[in-house]
Amino acid sequence: MYGKKVKLRFSFIVLLLLTTILSTFLVLKSLEENVVYFKSPSDIQLLNEIKNKKIRVGGMVKENSIKISSGEVNFIITDFKNEINVTYSGLVPNLFSEGKGVVAEGYLKDKNFFDASKILAKHDENYMPPEVKTALEEK
Amino acid sequence: MLYSYIGYYSLIFGLIISLPIFFYSIKNFRNEDTLDYKIISFSFIQLFLVVVSFLGLVFSFIYSDFSNETVFNNSHTTKPLFYKISGTWGNHEGSLLLWLVVLTLFIFLFLIKSKDLLKKYRILTLLFQQIIIIGFFVFLIKSSSPFNYIFPVPEEGLGLNPILQDPALAIHPPVLYLGYVGSSIIFSSALAATTLNYISKTWALHIKNWVLISWIFLTLGILLGSVWAYYELGWGGFWFWDPVENVSLMPWLSLTTLLHCILVLEKRSALSSWTIILSIATFTLSMCGTFLVRSGILNSVHTFANDPERGLFILTFLFVLIFISLIIFFVFHKSDNQKSDSFFLLSKETSILVNNWFMMYFLSVVLIGTIYPIFLDVISSQKISIGPPFYHKLIIPFLIPFLIFMVIGPQLNWIKSGLEKKKYLVLFFFISLLISFFIIKNLKINFLFNTVLIGSAFFLFFTTIKQFFLKGFKNIQQNIAHFGFSLLILSILFNNIFSTELITNLKVGESFKNNRFEIVFDDLKKFQKKNYISFKGNFSIRENEIEDNLEPELRIYNQPNIITSEADIKTTLFTDKFITINTVQNQEYFNVRYQVKPFMLWIWISVLLICLGGLISLFKKKYE
Repeated sequence: MYGKKVKLRFSFIVLLLLTTILSTFLVLKSLEENVVYFKSPSDIQLLNEIKNKKIRVGGMVKENSIKISSGEVNFIITDFKNEINVTYSGLVPNLFSEGKGVVAEGYLKDKNFFDASKILAKHDENYMPPEVKTALEEK
Repeated sequence: MLYSYIGYYSLIFGLIISLPIFFYSIKNFRNEDTLDYKIISFSFIQLFLVVVSFLGLVFSFIYSDFSNETVFNNSHTTKPLFYKISGTWGNHEGSLLLWLVVLTLFIFLFLIKSKDLLKKYRILTLLFQQIIIIGFFVFLIKSSSPFNYIFPVPEEGLGLNPILQDPALAIHPPVLYLGYVGSSIIFSSALAATTLNYISKTWALHIKNWVLISWIFLTLGILLGSVWAYYELGWGGFWFWDPVENVSLMPWLSLTTLLHCILVLEKRSALSSWTIILSIATFTLSMCGTFLVRSGILNSVHTFANDPERGLFILTFLFVLIFISLIIFFVFHKSDNQKSDSFFLLSKETSILVNNWFMMYFLSVVLIGTIYPIFLDVISSQKISIGPPFYHKLIIPFLIPFLIFMVIGPQLNWIKSGLEKKKYLVLFFFISLLISFFIIKNLKINFLFNTVLIGSAFFLFFTTIKQFFLKGFKNIQQNIAHFGFSLLILSILFNNIFSTELITNLKVGESFKNNRFEIVFDDLKKFQKKNYISFKGNFSIRENEIEDNLEPELRIYNQPNIITSEADIKTTLFTDKFITINTVQNQEYFNVRYQVKPFMLWIWISVLLICLGGLISLFKKKYE
């Protein structure tokens, strides 16, 4: 009934639609799985359950809280309201020190202990991660 | 003082020069047949004034004139001369001035180099480019002048962020900007050509050189940034899927797609709408890159402290440009006069089109990953970040068909092609699969997937080598670039699979041993340098009876007071040995990270090969 050209164009459009839908679905699914949420120590206190999902915790490194041994580094992240103990075994960034802003990525053990797998490096001594800034402003 | 004044006023005069350029262009557009010589002269004067203004800033930096706010914020008297100069573009204001220099330089070069093209087209391109140039002038003078005066004049500047005091990063911004801004010419000329219905083979041939130039610079710029991240940030990686990196990758993807589209347009006068859209997209993405990096909106590990207000201007300007270009596209563009059904399923142009779609898909993944966190923050104020797994999961599987099409495409003819005499491809494919099978066999990784992935990379690798021997210098540019790409994918894969890492905390004199390495922290020496104190650690590392001495360094800069760690890397042909140390709050323990990274050198070489392909393509035409 229809010409060859129309058929060709029709199948082309269907193919295009299908690929678009498929890739959107893939992207959304992957987003859902791989998004890392940012929490402040106060947010963590408000959590109802501890999920086994990677999160980021940000705040200030509490004064006199860094303890280092041959295997790991321990410190406390605070937002001056609540705090959380962090255990980390890896390379710390250059600008990591007490009284400075920090963002740690890893898994929660419970509401007071955090197992970090990465501490994010910042390049600027005046720089504070935007999340930390808002988390501190909210207190 | 003097230099700042000269710089500031030549910037203002530069903006005023836009008036006569507009005036003569419009007059010339209607009347005469040849391009008015005055237009070129005025463009030259504008370029000259902008360069003077830029030099004014450079000299303010060289003479450490702290009455200039930009110099005060980013320089220091004890800084070495080289970094005083590179400090000029190591900040927001200076880098925008550099943008302007390149914008005016490129339009001037364009006017000189396009003599045998349609006059109206040249003038319109100039006008579109002038709109961008004026936008940047206004932005510079109004909201981010590099020549602000501070009184009382400070004694000493605040210094340049030490991690920027590095040769690779000193030349990274200019090179990257040449690529970014080069796309502005493509943008302006695509709009001009659309308006005049001039999208043709001649145009494609002419604009291809500009595409190649900005593509080469963009590739080199990304490479430099990546090399810098590798040895300076101390993580031993070269790509982190960080938003700041992504914004340079996005224009690259779109420019690479454009480069292939232009070929189809040149040879077959097809895909013209595609070409226009890509030209617009590339420049828009470059502007977005500048906006996102400079506005502080991005949640990035590379972000430097900056001012969000400025972003608003670039964003508004960007929207105006997109709006104008879309209107021009929809009003003026007439689709290809060639009928679309002359596309056969098996032809070079079809496979280019298919791979263009893959590239667009990669581009959208990167775009979503970069923009989505900002978007979510605005609508629900939830803070999230998207890490490498997202990109890996969505991009890597599609590399397999992408690589296979990269093999098949160049083997086909234009218009219509058969599969006769192509049986060796199947043979090659099985050989490649077999090789990767034996490589993967003994490793504890996802077996089937990696075999196919590495197999298809090898497939491209062998086919390009074969082409090289068979065809020699015919199509050598494409062959080298594609060969470089296969090498890049292979090196990245092997690098990921075979890298090993060891992290421990050590005191001076202590050692660490596991089943593979033994690391001894021998001693630590202190040196006083011009603007920093250096602590050099001495480590001996033993692996399989081979002993290496590596000397990672910690630098404590005086101004700003920042500690940086300089990795010591021992590069051999097949592996890099990489070590960094770090202090934790001046305690006795040093944080030590040792990595063995195979094929690092080949990642850099393969990117250079890809660039070389572009270079050959650029110069080959001139000699033919």
